[in-house]
Amino acid sequence: MGDPFGMAISHAIASGMGGVRTAGDLVARMQISRSMKIDTAKTYVADKLGISLEDLANEDVMTEVRREKNLGLIYMLPGYARGLEAKLNISRLLDLEINCIKKMRL
Amino acid sequence: MNSYYVRMGDGYLDRMEAEEIRSEIEEGTACVAEKGTIAPLSPEDQERLLDIFTTPAKFVGVERGSEIVLTTDGVVVTNEEEPSSGLPVSRSVGVQMWERMVCADTAELGHSDYSYKAVKSMISTEQQVMQEILINTVLPVFYGAMANLGLYTKPDGPVDNPAELLPQGKIVEARECQEQAMEYAIKDMIYVAKHLYEAGADAINFDTTGASGDADFLAVLKTTEYLKEKYPDIGIMIGMAGETLLGMHGELFYKGERLAGMQPHQQARVVESAGGTIFGPAINTKTNRSMPWNLARALTYTRACVGAVAIPVHTNVGMGVGGMPMQEIPALDAVSRVSKSMAEIGKLDGL
Repeated sequence: MGDPFGMAISHAIASGMGGVRTAGDLVARMQISRSMKIDTAKTYVADKLGISLEDLANEDVMTEVRREKNLGLIYMLPGYARGLEAKLNISRLLDLEINCIKKMRL
Repeated sequence: MNSYYVRMGDGYLDRMEAEEIRSEIEEGTACVAEKGTIAPLSPEDQERLLDIFTTPAKFVGVERGSEIVLTTDGVVVTNEEEPSSGLPVSRSVGVQMWERMVCADTAELGHSDYSYKAVKSMISTEQQVMQEILINTVLPVFYGAMANLGLYTKPDGPVDNPAELLPQGKIVEARECQEQAMEYAIKDMIYVAKHLYEAGADAINFDTTGASGDADFLAVLKTTEYLKEKYPDIGIMIGMAGETLLGMHGELFYKGERLAGMQPHQQARVVESAGGTIFGPAINTKTNRSMPWNLARALTYTRACVGAVAIPVHTNVGMGVGGMPMQEIPALDAVSRVSKSMAEIGKLDGL
């Protein structure tokens, strides 16, 4: 992507997965850590979450899934995981080493 | 005949009839297919692109299920003293805003100088900010900067300047200078990447790779090789500076392949071979041609990249690349059409 905020937001809305609103960060993690192509990464995450491919970018479903599995939310609701704690849950769910979580374990 | 709003490569808003747009698309894809010896867009894809350009809506988006991952290069490069985006907030707060307001899929920490050489002297600050970000965010975070070989040549660095030697006909000396600069850059990039990865970063971004030519690209490939051997799980994104790799040296090879003159799909193959996790091609926009011509051209190249490698391809779609008009603030109609086309026709893994 490019530089100014306005353009980045436009891309995010036009074609992005939705980040932490949905499962965008989770699919991105599979690309970054396992070099998975988009379809493989989406299938992997959908299987781990137990949802359909379409629902990966469905805010209604993903908000519930993120609450239920405690994967971090857009709003920092009390009692729910945030930051490192959320990433620890993501690491377990996706069976994936997350660098900063690995450092904590050492 | 109906006419449709169409941007030019410099962002100027013009109008064209459907047949004119079709003709621009045909010419754009044919031009690059010949240059890169790659397949042009199929007639079906060309028609689909025409549909995207003739849709009356100002803003368009992908069909459900076609969403892709977005990575960035330096969007949150900001600080309290000189905020590039005009927001007097710290970089760690900037990334949190990026996560929860922009809702991007990934984020990046970078310094306003955005060069590995410059970052080396303030590495502990960068580690500190990275740790602060990682404590408070959920999304994957890159650390990004440029190899920027130019910073190693006089008057900014220790090596004689090849741009001064070449006009004097001192080709051998100019090549030696670039090789020396490359060694300095490799040391700096390894140093910075190691420290940021050890501070917890999810991945490293080598941005605008090849900006100083083939030596710049080779420096990044060798750094990638080293990092992947030392840290097998490290994510490494290599984003390019332009579509044809400049042969400023001309005699540099990677695993037997001459780097000078490489086209995006050829660059993708060497990036994959070096251990890169994500490849980002940069296809130049011609400002005096229409956006349909430019986007058809960019899509043809990116399709070739996607077919050439097994790693994810995230094309650069910032100002003046990837079919985007060359504007400081690109128009929404242009951004959204590029975004949708790249996801649905380009079959990309991300942007």
